[in-house]
Amino acid sequence: MRSISRRDEMSLAEPAALPVATSAAPRLHVLKRFTSSFKASLPAYLLLLPSLVFLALFTYGAMGRVLIDALYQRATPKAPVRFVGLDNISAVLADPAFTGAVVNNLIYAVGTVVPSIALALLFALALSRTHAVNSALRAALFLPVLIPMVAASALFLFIFLPNVGLLDYYIGRLLPVLPNWLGDPDIALYAIMVITVWKNAGYYMLFFLAGLQAVPEDVMEAAHLDGAGPFMRLRYIILPELKPTFLFVTVIAILNAVTQVDHVFVMTQGGPSNSTNLVLFYIYQQAVEHYDVGKASAATLLTLAALMGLTALSFRTMANREGGP
Amino acid sequence: MKLFDALWKDAPLATRGEITPKLGFLLTVLLAIVWLIPFLWMGVATLRPVSDGINAMAELMPSLKPTLDNVRDAWEIGDFPRYTLNTTIICTGILLVQFVTITLAGFAFARLNFAGKTLIFYLFLMQLMLVPVLLIVPNLKLVAQLGLYDTLAGVMMPFFASAFGTFLMRQAFEAIPTELEDAALIDGASLFQRIRHIYVPLSMPSFSAFAIISVTSHWNDFLWPLMVINSPDKRPLTVGLSVFTKTAEGTQAWGTIAAGTLMVIAPLLVTFLIFQKRFISSFVTSGIK
Repeated sequence: MRSISRRDEMSLAEPAALPVATSAAPRLHVLKRFTSSFKASLPAYLLLLPSLVFLALFTYGAMGRVLIDALYQRATPKAPVRFVGLDNISAVLADPAFTGAVVNNLIYAVGTVVPSIALALLFALALSRTHAVNSALRAALFLPVLIPMVAASALFLFIFLPNVGLLDYYIGRLLPVLPNWLGDPDIALYAIMVITVWKNAGYYMLFFLAGLQAVPEDVMEAAHLDGAGPFMRLRYIILPELKPTFLFVTVIAILNAVTQVDHVFVMTQGGPSNSTNLVLFYIYQQAVEHYDVGKASAATLLTLAALMGLTALSFRTMANREGGP
Repeated sequence: MKLFDALWKDAPLATRGEITPKLGFLLTVLLAIVWLIPFLWMGVATLRPVSDGINAMAELMPSLKPTLDNVRDAWEIGDFPRYTLNTTIICTGILLVQFVTITLAGFAFARLNFAGKTLIFYLFLMQLMLVPVLLIVPNLKLVAQLGLYDTLAGVMMPFFASAFGTFLMRQAFEAIPTELEDAALIDGASLFQRIRHIYVPLSMPSFSAFAIISVTSHWNDFLWPLMVINSPDKRPLTVGLSVFTKTAEGTQAWGTIAAGTLMVIAPLLVTFLIFQKRFISSFVTSGIK
């Protein structure tokens, strides 16, 4: 280890020496140039190595394995794998359970992203000034963010319980017929959306609170003197200022709509009659319940591809935020 | 009304008379109360004796004869001490390894120049985008091949490298003046000595911010441990709670479920209420976990 540190000291002590030497070298010495720049970079590589090993195994390697696994299939669970090309992909696309899960997930995404962002904005606008009352209210709205989705599901199982549950006990009495919140295929998906909105709105609120700090108070006051009411100021000053926040929060919220589906596992198992089956739950079912790694990988691949556009978008946002290397 | 006006005393004078912001505030207060109802129910139901009957279960008024029977039942039926231990091992193990990997990598990005820096930077960035939970199928296969199926190490491993943590440390290290390092360099401190004695001690706020995000997110992880763990005695709290809920739901033991849920979330809630400010600022920096 000592030799590494010594080498590093050299590069730190004379930072300008290396580039000058290499740029002066003729083309013939490409290899030499490469070796010397590699040598100078070695300490950095060694520092990055532990991280890169795990990233290689569980992120990039995992992507490669999904790609390969999606191309193979077993005829029977005990049979050896054989190459089937795109058969898994077409099998998944032809599977009504998968297309159903995609449709459910789209409804679920829209139905959770829009209300939770709207509520987050309302909360942030109402609680933007910091004093004891607002801090307490922020904490109350933030509490659900901290708890596991599984714990939230356990609580909402009772809230949605027919007849004796919290919702029916207090609100259900106003309705002529009590709905079976989690048991009715037409309602169950909306019931689990409620949990997601409850759990995430407080999280997104934090980003809007941070974004609102950038809105200059004197501009707001000037706009008011010019006769702009609260809605005008919201529309023409606050919202334009919050545009990057909106973009960022929307990306996170969409990612959450695909990945944060623990409540489906605990509360509905995708039912009744697949009405709450979401894409990640479908992937889990294929892999763990049907031992169909080929189909599970194909579905994973399609999901990853579908998130690609979004990924590119958030990639840019994050790169801007991080300021590049 | 005076109290209500006091909340607006630092608002710009001109806008203080407006009605709409106050309506928005009232709506937020109402919603904050609604937001707390599940927690309130959890507390009330935990203390409610079984003798109150199933029909009073939803009542938000606390029972007149509070009892800890539900807590005792949950403690006995669910193996919560064991689950808590497992979750603690998982969170601590992940965090300790992450501290090492993110410190080293963060330092490399902050202070060293090397060939392919931009490329490697984007390789790290990609991890932020590829939400790990989507890669459960290939990663489960790998964990099984490594012989780590049904082990806590298998649950921890995919999280040992953290791009988010690396970027956080890079930012913290970049803010440290190079003069400090130069002085240590003259005194003959090695690379690791400099990291250990200059960079790490001066970056404690970033480490604690990262620790908060890492521990909360892995405390709450469910799907991945559900897939990796098979033996009941290796379950973390979340998986344990889901099994416990299934069992207790069958017998309609809602008080016991409330007590079990309370036990699972109490450590996080208590820590949050103590370190509220720090939690909130950490979560703001987290963005994508």
